[in-house]
Amino acid sequence: MSDWMATALLVAVTLATWGVMAWLVRLDGKGLGRWLVPALFGAGLLLGWEIVCRGYGIPAVLLPAPSQIWDAFWRSLPVLMADFQQTFLKAVIAGFVLGNLLGFVTALIVDRVPFLQRGLLPLGNMVSAVPIIGVAPIMVMWFGFGWESKTAVIVFMIFFPMLVNALAGLAATDAMSRDLMRSYAAGYWQTLLKLRLPAALPFIFNALKINSTLALIGAIVAEFFGSPISGMGFRISVEVARMNVDVVWATIAVAALAGSLSYGLIALLERHLTSWHASFRATR
Amino acid sequence: MKQGPAGWMVNKLLPVATVVAIIVLLWYVLAVALNWAQVSERLAKESDNPPVSAIVAGTWEMERPVLPAPHQIAAEFSKTVFETRVTAKRSLVYHAGVTASATLLGFALGAVLGIVLAIGIVHLKVLDRSLMPWIIASQTVPILAIAPMIIVVLGNVGLTGLVPKSIISMYLCFFPVAIGMVKGLRSPDPMQLDLMRSYNASAAQILWKLRLPASVPFLFASLKVAVAISLTGAIVGELPTGASAGLGARLLSGSYYGQTVQIWSALFMAAFLGMVLVYSIGGIERLTLGARGQAAGAR
Repeated sequence: MSDWMATALLVAVTLATWGVMAWLVRLDGKGLGRWLVPALFGAGLLLGWEIVCRGYGIPAVLLPAPSQIWDAFWRSLPVLMADFQQTFLKAVIAGFVLGNLLGFVTALIVDRVPFLQRGLLPLGNMVSAVPIIGVAPIMVMWFGFGWESKTAVIVFMIFFPMLVNALAGLAATDAMSRDLMRSYAAGYWQTLLKLRLPAALPFIFNALKINSTLALIGAIVAEFFGSPISGMGFRISVEVARMNVDVVWATIAVAALAGSLSYGLIALLERHLTSWHASFRATR
Repeated sequence: MKQGPAGWMVNKLLPVATVVAIIVLLWYVLAVALNWAQVSERLAKESDNPPVSAIVAGTWEMERPVLPAPHQIAAEFSKTVFETRVTAKRSLVYHAGVTASATLLGFALGAVLGIVLAIGIVHLKVLDRSLMPWIIASQTVPILAIAPMIIVVLGNVGLTGLVPKSIISMYLCFFPVAIGMVKGLRSPDPMQLDLMRSYNASAAQILWKLRLPASVPFLFASLKVAVAISLTGAIVGELPTGASAGLGARLLSGSYYGQTVQIWSALFMAAFLGMVLVYSIGGIERLTLGARGQAAGAR
């Protein structure tokens, strides 16, 4: 395929995709139509990528075509699965659970001590400006090359988002509702369980969503500093050095899939648990 | 709530100072606990029964401690920041400057890209329906994982140094800017839009006179998020290639040679840099919004 043919094909695909999308948007389809437009956009993007790679003869070390990545994915599936198990099933899940739990329990304690709250909140907000990922080399030094050091990095990264959000959530009830609980003679724990925790749920889920992405990033970047012979970050850095860029893209595809699936799972849980919240009622 | 300087001291400064003091204290205790084994082993070789006070003092003065004591980090920090020439390779300011330039270039590119995309999304329904779901979905993808590949691939094309790192930063920070700006450009209420239409204002005039001014608070809120992750992107971008300069390179070389004090001081420099970047955007926000009579702190 020559250059001008590739260009022509590319222009044709772009125009066709755009035209069909514009037509679908004008139809203003509900349900299926809402999914069809972004799906079409994604398909058009992949097709354009394929045409660019093949048409202009871009070497696979620079940018492999989607079909090559697909091949690499199936070819190295056992390796990718082992990496997934090492990085996601061990480090990410342990770190995610531990970090969120630690942040939440700290929030409960801090919430009872206003002095701590005034002292910790400004610090917590400050930490959001800090690239915490930098603790990765220290954690690898302390906890070794295994998944434990990645879990520690994740705990550090997601602790503060959870703390800050949970504190904001615990403060989200208005005085009227709290007075009502008091007039029912409800104690601290009853008020917490029946009023304040449900009210804090949207904030907590916000933190969980942020943290699900952060956890995956933390584990992968921490593996750049040292890891056993499996793991997604390890795979990326090794295959980049060996110029197997298609395997790198396949690993990234696995990471993307894992990231979006866990995000989707949390969003689903949120919809189930906080269906009373205004942001969901409005969409119905 | 208005409060005098004394009230500010009691309500703001005192709690924060207390918490910081507790953290420093815990740090010293932790340093003793973590370094204890190494120091007591070394001292046991010299004398049969080393006194506890000597071991404790030793844990705060090791050359390659498991956890350096705060004053060791402070000493290294002041040595590499104040007592070294700014242009020297050993100066932390030099490395911070390298990272900051990549951060700022990437941040500027990402912010412009995000704003342009948001303007497109608000005006073209096709873009809104097709691109917006992908922008939101891309937030769930660990984009930072691509960093080493971008560095190596661009290195093959002949691009090295500042540009590849900035591209990672740009890629990371255009998402929050785009999402915040879409929200901001749509924040004028229908009444105001109708008024503009009744003036026979064109789309460009509505954008320039109503939508853009209304989006400024949203822009600053997302710029603060964006500059922080832009810095993270630049630091991670310095990791994979064995770059010789930059805070990420300091972290990596420190971890190779077990120089924990160097890692910690680089980490504190990164934290300091992040705060300077975020607070300077906060300062610009207060100046602009104050001049326009809008309140800061929109989300």
